[in-house]
This record gives sequence, C-alpha cells and structure tokens, in this order.
Amino acid sequence: MKPIQYYSLLVMGTFAAPMTSFSFFSCSTVLVLPHTSVGITRDRSLGRRSFRSRIRTGVASLYLHLLSIMAEEEKREVFDANDAALLVKELRGHFKLGKTKSYEWRVAQLKGISEMIVEKEKEIIMALQQDLSKPETEAFVSEILLTKSSCELALKSLQSWMNPEKVKTSIMTFPSSAEVVSEPLGVVLIISTWNYPFSLSIEPVIGAIAAGNAVVLKPSEVASAMSKLLADLLPQYLDKMTIRVVEGSVPETTALLEQKWDKIFYTGNGRVGRIVMAAAAKHLTPVVLELGGKCPAVVDSDVDIQVTARRIIAGKWACNNGQACISVDHIITSKDFAPKLIDALRTELERSFGKDPMQSKDISRIVNLHHFRRLTKLLDEDGISSKIVLGGQTDEQDLKIAPTILLDVPEDSLLMTEEIFGPLLPIVTVDALEGSFDLILSKPKPLAACLFSNDEELQKKFIENISAGGITINDAVLHLTVPGLPFGGVGDSGMGAYHGKFSFDTFSHKKAVLHRSFTGDSTLRYPPYETRYLSVLKALMNRNFLRVILVASGLSKP
Amino acid sequence: MMADEKQGVFDTSRAELLVKELREQFDSGKTKSYAWRVSQLKAILKMVDEREDEIVEALRKDLSKPKAEASMNEIYLLKSSCQCALKGLKKWMKPKRVIPSILALPSSSEIVSEPLGVVLVISAWNYPFLLSIDPVIGAIAAGNAVVLKPSEVAPVSSKLLADLLPQYVDNSAIGVVEGGKHETTVLLEQKWDKIFYTGNSRIGRIVMSAAAKHLTPVALELGGKCPAVVDSNVDLQVAARRIVAGKWACNNGQTCVDVDYVITTKNFAPKLIDALRVQLERFFGEDPLNSKDMSRIINLNHFTRLKKLLHEEGVSSKIVLGGHADEEQLKMAPTILLDPPEDSLVMKEEIFGPLLPIVTVDTVDDSFGLILSKPKPLAAYLFTNDKKLKKKFVDTISAGGVAINDTLLHLTVSGLPFGGVGESGIGAYHGKFSFDAFSHKKAVLYRCFFADIPIRYPPYSARKLSMFNAVTSLNLIGLIQAAIPCFKA
Repeated sequence: MKPIQYYSLLVMGTFAAPMTSFSFFSCSTVLVLPHTSVGITRDRSLGRRSFRSRIRTGVASLYLHLLSIMAEEEKREVFDANDAALLVKELRGHFKLGKTKSYEWRVAQLKGISEMIVEKEKEIIMALQQDLSKPETEAFVSEILLTKSSCELALKSLQSWMNPEKVKTSIMTFPSSAEVVSEPLGVVLIISTWNYPFSLSIEPVIGAIAAGNAVVLKPSEVASAMSKLLADLLPQYLDKMTIRVVEGSVPETTALLEQKWDKIFYTGNGRVGRIVMAAAAKHLTPVVLELGGKCPAVVDSDVDIQVTARRIIAGKWACNNGQACISVDHIITSKDFAPKLIDALRTELERSFGKDPMQSKDISRIVNLHHFRRLTKLLDEDGISSKIVLGGQTDEQDLKIAPTILLDVPEDSLLMTEEIFGPLLPIVTVDALEGSFDLILSKPKPLAACLFSNDEELQKKFIENISAGGITINDAVLHLTVPGLPFGGVGDSGMGAYHGKFSFDTFSHKKAVLHRSFTGDSTLRYPPYETRYLSVLKALMNRNFLRVILVASGLSKP
Repeated sequence: MMADEKQGVFDTSRAELLVKELREQFDSGKTKSYAWRVSQLKAILKMVDEREDEIVEALRKDLSKPKAEASMNEIYLLKSSCQCALKGLKKWMKPKRVIPSILALPSSSEIVSEPLGVVLVISAWNYPFLLSIDPVIGAIAAGNAVVLKPSEVAPVSSKLLADLLPQYVDNSAIGVVEGGKHETTVLLEQKWDKIFYTGNSRIGRIVMSAAAKHLTPVALELGGKCPAVVDSNVDLQVAARRIVAGKWACNNGQTCVDVDYVITTKNFAPKLIDALRVQLERFFGEDPLNSKDMSRIINLNHFTRLKKLLHEEGVSSKIVLGGHADEEQLKMAPTILLDPPEDSLVMKEEIFGPLLPIVTVDTVDDSFGLILSKPKPLAAYLFTNDKKLKKKFVDTISAGGVAINDTLLHLTVSGLPFGGVGESGIGAYHGKFSFDAFSHKKAVLYRCFFADIPIRYPPYSARKLSMFNAVTSLNLIGLIQAAIPCFKA
C-alpha cells in the first residue's frame, strides 16, 4: 500500500519544504484505510515546550524535520517496517545531536509529564473508565498518584543520579582515579500493556527520559481509549522530536520489533516476552521483560483476620478486579483456617462492594469479551463450578464478573495451571503451612508472593525459600509503591527491574572510566619481563605491600 | 558424574540429566549457604595457588603465553577477584534496607539478593582461565549451581579446567562440560537461569536467541574495534609504551579490550610511529618473531584470517612496521599500518591480532566522528593532557569502558563494572558486579497488622480521594482534615 508517486512526492517535498505539509495532507487523505487508527504522533505546530531553539545545526534540523513530516504522513497508512525504520532513523538523528543528554532537556520533559498528569487528570480517569470501568479512586491511586510521585522523585533525584560515581582504584593502577559514568543507551522502545494503561506506559517513559534516551512508546491497543489519549497528549507536553507514540497491534509491533533499538522494555505476558527477546537477539538489544505469573498468598492462622481479608481484597479485586500482574492469584491456607478466612473475605467483600458486587461502582470490569470468555472458560471447566463458595455471577453484556472464591479446585485445572488475571480466587488448603512452600516451588517463579503471618520464623523461612520478583509480608501488592525497591520479575515472571532509581539505571549504560596521568609510570609491567616483576606480583597477591615497594624500587632482591 | 560424561558423546539427554542433577542440588539449598560459597571460593583460590605452574604451562601450550603475562593477566587477576569476593561476600549477601514509602506506612523494606539457580558459563580461548573462572567466582559467590563450558579452541586449558575443578570444588553443584559447537548447542537447548557468554557477537546472537525460548537472562561479553586516540601533547614515550603494552603485550592483540586501531593527527603520526618502533624493539628485541615475551596466534584458522586482513588489496602497501609472519610457529610480528582504506577489512572487522592500523585525522576532534560511525566498542582510550578533550571524550564516546592515558587497566579496578554496550555486549561483571550479575534482587516489604487505615479499601468516597490527594502533594493539613470526618472533604 505504498504507491510510487507517494515517494516521488516526498522527494519533491524536500525541494519545497514549506509546501510539503499541505501537499502531504491532501495526498494522504486519499490513502486513509478504514482500519488504521495507527501511526506516529504528529508533529503539530510547536507548542510551549519547544526545544527547536536548541538545535543549532540548521541543515540537520531541516532534514530531520522533513523526515518527521514524512513519518507523520505515513501514519495514515499501515505502519510497516519501512515506516518503523524511518522513525528509528529520525530519532537516532536527534539522539546523536546530543540534546536528550542534557540535564535541562530531561528536566523539561519530566516536568512536561508532571504537568500533563495534573492538567489532564480528568481525561486520564475518563479513558480508564471507558477501557476498564476503573473506579475513580483506584485510578487516581494506582495510575495518577504513583506516576506523579515517580516523576517527582526523578525530578528531585536526577542530578544525583546523573553524577558520576567515584570508585576506589587498585594498587595495580596507582596513581589513578576511577568513576562510573551513567550514559543514555540511545533510542529505546517501550511496549506497554492494557491493565494499567497509563502508569505502565508512563512509568518506563519516565525512566527512559531521566536517563536521557529518545523513546518510542507503543501503548496497548486493548485499552484503546487510553492508547488514543496517550498518542494525543504526549506530543502536547513533550518534545515530539525525540518522544513518540506509535499506536497499533500485532503488525505495528512486529514492524517495530524488526528495528534495531538500544533497549526494549516490554510489559505483558511470557509468550510475547519470548518473541520480543528473540527479536532483540538479532540486534543484540538488551531487554526488560515485565511479565506476570501465579502470585500466591499464604495465610497463617495466627493473623488479624479482618485486616488480612481486607488486604487480600485490596490486592485482588480492588486491583483492577484481579487484572493486575501482581494481584493475588491464589491463596494457600491450612484446612482448619480456610472456613474462617472465607467468612472474613465474605464479610469484607460485602463491606467493600455491597450486597450485589455486579452493581458496585468500586470495581473494574473485565477489559474485553476475549478476556471475559477466557475467564468464564476457567469457571466452566469440569469439576470447577461445584467448588465455588462465593460469587460466580457473570454478565457478558457489561463484561462483569463478581468476586468469586473457589475452594480446593483440582491441581491440574486451568485455574491452578494458568495465570488467572481476573476476579477468580482459588483457595488451596494444606495440612500444615509448610506444605505451601512445595506447592509454590513446584510452579514457575511468580512476580510477587505474599505471606500473612505473625510467626517471625515462618516469615524468615518464606523470604529465604520463595523466589519471586518481590515479596510482601502481611500485605499484598504494596511493595511496588516503595521507590527504593526494584520492581521486576525473575525466571518466568521476567527479567530486569525498574521504579525509582532502578528505572534510571535500566535505561543507562554504566560506563567504567579510569583516569591516569603520564607521571609515575613504572616500567616493571612492560616486557622484556624481569623476574623482579613476578616477585612484585607475588608480593601483591600476598598483600605484602612493603615488599612490593622494596622489590619494585630495587631495594630488595626479587 | 562429569567423568562419565567424558566417556561418550554429550547429547541432549546427557545435558538434560546434568541440568536436572544440578537443579536438585540447587533445590536442596546447599549452594545458598554462606559456608558453601566461602568453601568453594577458597577451593578456587587454593587451586590457582597450588596449580599455578600447570596453568601457566597450559597457557604456554595453547598460546605461547609468556609466564609474566600469564601470571599477571590470569593468575593474579583471578586471585584478586577471588580474594575480593571472599572479603566482600558477607556484606554483599546482607539484605539492603530501603526507606519505605508514605503509602506503605508503617512498614520496613529491604532488597534481598538471592541466587538465580543453575547457570551456564561459556568462556573464550584468549584468556582461557581468567574468562572461565572469573564468572564462575561470581556465580558461586551469588550461590548458584554452575556449568562451565571452556573453549575448545584452547584445548590444553579446557582439559586442565575439566581435570582441576572437580578436584577442588563441589562436584555435585559445579560441573565442567568440554566440547565444541555440538556440545554448546546441546547445552543451549536446556533451561538455565542465566547464561554468561564471552566471545563474539555472532555467537552472542545465537546464545540470546536460544535463551529467549526459556526467558533466560543473558550476559554477553563481546568485543569490538577499540580505538585509542592520541593527542600531540602527550608524554610520547609513556603513551607509546602503554599502547604497546595494551596491544602486543596482551596476548599479542588477541584480547577483547586491547587497542584495535589508533587515531592521531597527520602531523603527529610519524613521531608516534617512531616512538612505537623504539618501544617495540625495547620490549621484544630486534627480532620479535623470536621473542619469548609475546604470545603466538592461537591457531591456523586465526593466523590465516589475520594474513587475509594484511594481504587485502591496498592494505599491504600501508605497512610501516613489521608485517612478517611464521606460519609454522603461528607467530606474527607486531605490525603497524598507516592509513589503510576506510573500507578495508582491517578497518571494518575486529582485528584480534598483532596488526595495528593508525588512522590520521586533521585535528584530534575529527576522531569523534570516526569512532561514532562504528558500533560501540568494549573499550575506548584517549591519550592527552587536555582536560577539555578528556571531558568531551568521556561525555560523547559510548563504550563499555574508557581509560584515559592508559590501556586495559580499567579492568583491574574491581569497583568498575566490566562489560559492553550495544554491539560490545550486555551486562557487566567484576567485583560486586559479578555477584549482582548472578543474583536476583528480591524486593521485600514487611507490614504488621495494626494501624491499618481503611482509606485504601473500597467502598471509595470523596473523602478517601482527597486524602490521597493530600498525601501526594504532601499536604499534611489537608491530610489531617480529610482523615478527621468533621471536616468536609
């Protein structure tokens, strides 16, 4: 779908720069395809945050501008590998000019994000309501508040993050000084997901910007309202030369993945994660994969049962109705305690969402029909429906599923083998709580694991034995709000981590720098090798520094 | 177990069995203990200490590596890496306390380093001991079970490693698999918890693609064309000496961080060449092919590759020093080329041998464009006394590491991460970075049951929302107002 005339128009355009936008607009309207709401963010007339003035190289800037116009026009077609290549080329051109490296640019962009969040809060919450019926408070806390505070943290700490870190040098290099310098990786791709479509898009973008990279964000097409909003908002608040949004689904993502990036940051599932990493391998691109897993919650019998139930609810249904990568997937508790826990969950669920949770405004819906059917399939599996002890109601029209608790479903059921990612909560009972360890260890490493217990011994054992991205003791999900904690998986739940300074580090290369002077150069380490050199090495190995000096200076025999 | 495997062909079922056995050992938890880690590190130290002569001898056989070079670059660096791990281990293993967030109060949080599981280390032939054992030290320090696959290109060292390691370390959790392409392929089919590969970028891509199937994280230690920029204001003798040391006294140029080419100004090039000539003669005598202080080329394959670089059209006429070689002994003299064509193999491919092209530019600043036009190297060097130039170099040249006024030495500083960027690799190690490369940093948050404020639970209300608003803006008065019901939200 790319007529040759189109290209010739582009070539002509380079000779008639001021006319190009008009001619392209008129030409591209003809080329609009009904199903393509995809493309690169447009390069609208420059807004408040114009950084054009910083590009002093006029010719380069004109050339790049033309490139961006070309890229913009292609938005009206299918975004294919050629468009993706052009986009990356353009961003690389801007990155090479060096402007994204400056402290000022980074701060301006971070402030832009912060301002966008404050000014467009209503639109963001509205989009979340359209995509997921996300309750306003939940949207505010998990998307607005967290993103805003990470932006503020980055702004506050950026200077200290950017400072080279001094390092002690070794006796081998004396006299010298050494430092670790953080430098941006280059042009990075962020592929985000639909369940927290705002925070999971913007949070990594904050890290990429803080580290001084040029960024392409591909929001999830599954949360279409947010995808569109991000494509509209980002260019209004950020430097559109270096920060771009590409909307789209599989074909667009494939086209993007064919390009050479300096980092790919993917949030989603393990199946696509493998595809992303295999694509990255072709270009030796490092990846961060933020995946999910079956996150267990182990509940001991010595807990404050009301608080525990409340926190499990907060970590399951009040987290996007279970559609969160770190929400509680299943509970493991002892046989005796299970009935009490179920009662407490019932009471607290009613307090949270009322007698008819299907009518509650405080709970998200299922994102789309596909996921709705996937979840009902889990419930419809043989031998499952008889295990429901609470909930089970579904409404396909409104895509609603009530908070549902199942007791002791078969080990080999889909519910216990696949990540649930929805409002179903199986409770597995064991004779003694120690039995829960084997159950968890028999499954792939989850992104999060939590334990509710007052038994310090058990807590210690849990932390030592359970490998998971993160662990919360006596709460769920909350560890991700601590910016000092890395957020990321291990094994099947992903690789790499972010949040706070980890986001900055994830998008930085840590360059080792050693400074030497020409004075004090000992010839000892050069050939022709003398036996003296070996003696000095021996003395060094034995940490006999006096002997090192004596032999090196010739005062002592080798 | 290892001994058995050497008897027959190492096939998929053997690889599966090996990984299964190691995973059982890992699952038993013994590699996690501080005591196990320390005992293994001590064993490695003891091995290097007791078997130094055999190691040096193996290196002589594989590469004619001079004893002093072997002692410095393999034995000494290994021992100090081991000592560094032994000294730092307790501290490295300690969970790191973290300031809790306001949303999670009251609480405490920490980062716990835990081993990844069963890891694969695939090493290279140019520093067959250092590049095998150094990552193994990191893997052990972090508490993993390890399989080491030494390079078959240095067969004597590979065999020695397979013989020695089982004598000193815990056989049930640390294994060596010898072999070439077939064995590596079979190993790469398995699910590992980390793959640490040292070598070239072509295989690096294969390793990463194989790892992608199992979502296994990788560290790729690759190479690249490492440039050395020489300004005209330097101490010429010291600069020349350090370039010679960083090229020919490092395994005769067969090192991933050695100087691949020099960039200097047109005017300064003759002086630099003279100085290099003087230092080379001082280092290796009048007949470098017979010097005992220089390694040979590893094998005929590489020897032929290097000769091909040298004999390309328009290249051999650029030789200003050296150029002779002895195929029988696989020896190649230090060779300097002045301004070979930009598109010649010697300027496009990683040289990995004793050939040193010198590229001249009008001003030193022109060197930046040249370096930036090539893939990011593993190291970049600058010789200058100009402070501004140093700063510009560090700011604009992206490379795994940078050394100013010297070559290679940055890798001896245990506080500096060693690893590439872009085409030169992924991930870093050395010192604590080795421990981190083989650890998962687990986020842990502790909460208690009291002081549970129900604002974060549904049903939501305008009051709860304004409390959150106050928290974010750190508006304490607003927070108190919202918390006490008598104030309107």
